[in-house]
Amino acid sequence: MSNSQSAENGTLDSAIPAGPLPEKWTKFKSKAPLINPANKRKYKVIVVGSGLAGGSAAATLSELGYQVKCFCYQDSPRRAHSIAAQGGINAAKNYQNDGDSVWRLFYDTIKGGDFRSREANVHRLAEVSTNIIDQCVAQGVPFAREYGGLLDNRSFGGAQVSRTFYARGQTGQQLLIGCYQALEKEIAKGGVEMFTRTEMQDVVVVDGHAKGIVVRDLVTGEISSHAADCVILATGGYGNVFFLSTNAMGCNVMAAFQATKRGAYFANPCYTQIHPTCIPVSGDYQSKLTLMSESLRNDGRIWVPKSKEDAAAIREGRKTAADVAEDDRDYYLERKYPSFGNLAPRDIASRSAKEACDDGRGVAKTGLGVFLDFRDAINRLGEDTIRARYGNLFQMYEKITGDDPYSVPMKIYPAVHYTMGGLWVDYNLMSNLKGLHVLGEANFSDHGANRLGASALMQGLADGYFVIPSTLPVYLAKETPGKVTQDSPEFAEAEKAVKDRIDKLMSVKGTKSVDSFHRELGLLVWDKCGMSRTKEGLEEALKRIDEIRKDFWENVRIPGSADGINMELEKAARVADFIDFAEVMCYDALDREESCGGHFREEYQFTEADEEVQSGFTNPGEAKRRDREYCYVAAWENNGPGVAPTLHKEHLEFENVELAVRSYK
Amino acid sequence: MNLTLKVWRQAGPESEGSMQTIEAEGISEDASFLEMLDVVNERIVEEGGDPIHFDHDCREGICGACSLTINGVPHSKQQGITTCQLHMRKFRDGDTIWIEPFRARAFPVMKDLMVDRSSFDRIIAAGGYIDVRTGSAVDANSVPIPKEDADSAFDSAACIGCGACVAACKNASAMLFVGAKASHLNKLPQGQVQKDERVLGMVRQMDAEGFGNCTNQYECEAVCPKEISADVIGKLNRDYVAATVKEAVK
Repeated sequence: MSNSQSAENGTLDSAIPAGPLPEKWTKFKSKAPLINPANKRKYKVIVVGSGLAGGSAAATLSELGYQVKCFCYQDSPRRAHSIAAQGGINAAKNYQNDGDSVWRLFYDTIKGGDFRSREANVHRLAEVSTNIIDQCVAQGVPFAREYGGLLDNRSFGGAQVSRTFYARGQTGQQLLIGCYQALEKEIAKGGVEMFTRTEMQDVVVVDGHAKGIVVRDLVTGEISSHAADCVILATGGYGNVFFLSTNAMGCNVMAAFQATKRGAYFANPCYTQIHPTCIPVSGDYQSKLTLMSESLRNDGRIWVPKSKEDAAAIREGRKTAADVAEDDRDYYLERKYPSFGNLAPRDIASRSAKEACDDGRGVAKTGLGVFLDFRDAINRLGEDTIRARYGNLFQMYEKITGDDPYSVPMKIYPAVHYTMGGLWVDYNLMSNLKGLHVLGEANFSDHGANRLGASALMQGLADGYFVIPSTLPVYLAKETPGKVTQDSPEFAEAEKAVKDRIDKLMSVKGTKSVDSFHRELGLLVWDKCGMSRTKEGLEEALKRIDEIRKDFWENVRIPGSADGINMELEKAARVADFIDFAEVMCYDALDREESCGGHFREEYQFTEADEEVQSGFTNPGEAKRRDREYCYVAAWENNGPGVAPTLHKEHLEFENVELAVRSYK
Repeated sequence: MNLTLKVWRQAGPESEGSMQTIEAEGISEDASFLEMLDVVNERIVEEGGDPIHFDHDCREGICGACSLTINGVPHSKQQGITTCQLHMRKFRDGDTIWIEPFRARAFPVMKDLMVDRSSFDRIIAAGGYIDVRTGSAVDANSVPIPKEDADSAFDSAACIGCGACVAACKNASAMLFVGAKASHLNKLPQGQVQKDERVLGMVRQMDAEGFGNCTNQYECEAVCPKEISADVIGKLNRDYVAATVKEAVK
């Protein structure tokens, strides 16, 4: 691998500490600059977002003595979408004595990410994973326990050990409540000033450093700015660019995308995760998709009928799952990936479902659905055990679909769930825009091209509780506290830009609802930049995005005024950014002429002609990486709407693992 | 299906509100209740009106944002769900549906069906936590916790902070919410150290926020989307009495 290209761009210094991989983080911590307690009080830190990453960062930085301001668009920090994570959180505790270790968690995550993440960051994540569990238990998070009183674990996709800690099907909720309580404790002590129902509109850059933000008060409509010594974005992912996703309705890309307008690079936007186990779409009124935890794949078996005739009969209601004999069922994951079976990683499980449905063997009314069947597990373990493990999930499924999964198999289909791409950050979680730090799903750093289950909660909390408290002083120690105040002209300029944009949105006074544009954009991106992509499709998408943008700015209708609560205006500002962002995403997918993880380019897949297929190592149709050409992080510089962004590459160096064809056979 | 909605409309916190009649036509029975409102709102917007404002976010029953009183019952008469988990197949074609906000003095209406529940955050800030600095925790398995206790703590910790308990109570009491948090943390060995100050702090804040007293009607338990048992109120009362006694003799 040559370094010439990264040298030629020269702007992306990943700041990875020298030394052997397992010692990097320890050595970093021994040598990192410190700020003494008396001085910490003088630094102001802005945290945007109050989910696992933002909430844990805000609480911890306040404990350390910094003056923290935390912002969220929801009415309470407890409602951030981390709360919806069901399955669990990974940690290399090896409490099960099944051979787990920091190295294995590191390796599984690197491999799961299809060798497109940074070794040093991922190793650090695996190292601090164990501290997270300790911290959460101390906070009172009620993880599942065994009868002896010790913590229980379950296994999850992409791993052959049981390292996932869980709290029934509500792990994200319990972790977030722990984090929220720590945040409220710091609010009460005066270390954190909390701004709810407040949405960030812009980053303020002074002399090349992020020194504040402009926000809109969603209740009064007031635009105001806040100055600080640094800014931390923990604003989540961009899955709602697809309109239908498992994200909360309010999740959006505005904070991260506005940062790109101020110079931050957006890395790997085409890496989006399509989760295999969601409830299929039922109609065009649908506002979001509901995930069924991946943990269901521990006991549920995924199948479609072997014959198209049986599938058609099920779709038309002439047959039920029970009418299909055992020999006529295709448990396709178990067939294709015997050693991982139904626990194959998410990208692979999703694509396999799509293949089965594209083949005409889907079982939902729309043709887009496969069975997730608990019949065998119920026969083996009894209904009570299944109820104890998945009771709330079964209940949720029944409420949404009207079907009882204890007696008929669930129907599932993949849906957009998580986005691995995000703002580019170095080892210290600082963006190329100095002073701007990015945590959790909002950054790109740890999951490569595909995230393994139970790793999002781990990363959010690792970043907030353990990484940023140690890495923030690398930046802050060089900064004089309070150097920049709101009196700097950049604040007034940024406020004006925000007001102008809102005025522009309000003055369109067209005839079409914001949702209609969002739906149109989402369908387009799902179709052309979803589970599989082609050059032609992406080029067409870029053309269509331009048309949607033009239509939006001419015909969107936002009723009411900007001086108060106006949910249509909130949505419009977010959709405007999704439109521009979708463009960057498609450019990225177009540039990456390979298939890896969540990014599947139809032109690049294994075929019968490949040696790996002939030798039986992998199957035709599996993603084909091109390591020589594409083993880089694609960091995009925003050049404005309708203009191609500029690519900056960070070459990924693998010194500790060998790049292998990912096989889960 | 076609429905007649009677919806509470209120322009702002100081404005006078009233019920407005809105026809909802051609609604799919597979749609969720909030999706039904989305369809209605999209039509209102296209016709130039002001859409019905309501809080919502995750739409899968866990964030606690949605907060509608449907036909007089917070989160509807269906048991164990939030508003966003209610589906239209539970209604019949031609039904009239009454939609109001969660009403309580401590939850002032902001606009239409949106209310201000920040009082709940202030109650948590008054003691609803275990004060443990990041980095100071011992190994997670160093203190075994009986499964029964962990499960019981979980049952209380399932609270999503939606406020249905308050809206259902004729006294607008927040005892189920406060009791759930106290039961969660007080049940665990980690929570023992601050048990008394937690209970005193939260109960006093609850009173200061203007929530009413509990008169054992159990309406809260009936509407709780997470089906938290009213037993937590009894435990809270016991813990509160013990804490006040200890405080008095200190």
